[in-house]
Amino acid sequence: MIMDYFLAIISIVISGILTNNVVLNQSIGMCPFLGVSKKTQSAIGMGLAVTFVITVASCVCWIIYTFILDPLSIGYLSTVAFILVIASLVQLLDIALKKMSPTLYSSLGVYLALITTNCAVLGTANSVISQGLDFFQTLITGLAIGIGFTVALILMAGIREKQELYDVPKPFRGFPIALVTAGIMAMAFYGFSGLSFT
Amino acid sequence: MNKEEFKKTALGGLINNPVFVLVLGMCPTIAKSDNIINALSLGLCTAFVLIFSNVIISLLRKAIPDKVHLPAYIVIIASLVTLVQMFVSSFLPDLNDSIGAFISLITVNCIILGRAEAFAGKNKVLPSLIDGVSMGLGFIAAITLLGAVRQLLTIIFGSGFFDKTMGGFIVLGLVMAVFNAIFASVKEKQRKKTVLIEREVA
Repeated sequence: MIMDYFLAIISIVISGILTNNVVLNQSIGMCPFLGVSKKTQSAIGMGLAVTFVITVASCVCWIIYTFILDPLSIGYLSTVAFILVIASLVQLLDIALKKMSPTLYSSLGVYLALITTNCAVLGTANSVISQGLDFFQTLITGLAIGIGFTVALILMAGIREKQELYDVPKPFRGFPIALVTAGIMAMAFYGFSGLSFT
Repeated sequence: MNKEEFKKTALGGLINNPVFVLVLGMCPTIAKSDNIINALSLGLCTAFVLIFSNVIISLLRKAIPDKVHLPAYIVIIASLVTLVQMFVSSFLPDLNDSIGAFISLITVNCIILGRAEAFAGKNKVLPSLIDGVSMGLGFIAAITLLGAVRQLLTIIFGSGFFDKTMGGFIVLGLVMAVFNAIFASVKEKQRKKTVLIEREVA
């Protein structure tokens, strides 16, 4: 019984980071993935910020859904409730980062506020609820998806830093070459889908 | 609203195409353009929310205090999305199975909040409605085009690549590059024309 639970946790971690990578396999959370992946340093900062928001937001959303929305059978309000939770969390993070790390704050720029509209956050909260996970599994799912997002973002930033040096054909400059790169990375990540722990 | 402004707003969806030029709302564009039906239906749902959120926000633009305008916009958008979700899950259960998860994610589609922030919060109702319709049509056109290309490629090369996420990335990148090339050549032509006219005047 405990073994089964342990295996379920491991499969959540593996699927969140590799086999079901939120950016490269589900194409959720594209805005920061394309927008903040020009420098490795800000990619790391963004990845950590998003990981924090995803983890805390999915836990808070789980609590709100299980103890308020579900008992009152107003589950249909979940989208509104979740987005409010996420928006206030991002606001908190904004205030905290401004005080604690002004350099990171200025390098993230407008994308910090845009974590609110990062599909990965709302998407994770929704999928956790629809899969009917318990609290600990929710916590692990949030962390794993956040780490998967960070890994994809840092890899992409590394590639794009190198790409600056090459002579890309004119129509491909900017987003198109980034998308094609992401497609090739997604192919590599698709190879992980053979991994299975169940 | 004069003719010039009307033209500018109505062509916004083409000139400032949300997908190909502004590069907003990428997640649903890549994830659900795997075939033309999914693409078109998600495009329609998004356009519906976009048009109504633009209208409602521009109606309420004087009532919403500036400090809390973003949360207010998000709540308006989320309520509209909930409406669409309820409609689709009760009347179109098949569609709900295929694009259901992405309907709730319309809430966080940057196009909608972007238009609310950039246009509807500052303009009257009629221009906002036109802007919503134009941008909505621009999004539908873009996602349906991608869906059509990917479905065609899937039919030619078989399933397993172009109907997966990786195919979505690559096809969107290529289509975007084609658009960039077309835009660049149009601009070049216009530049040459103005140079010729200037010479004639001189």
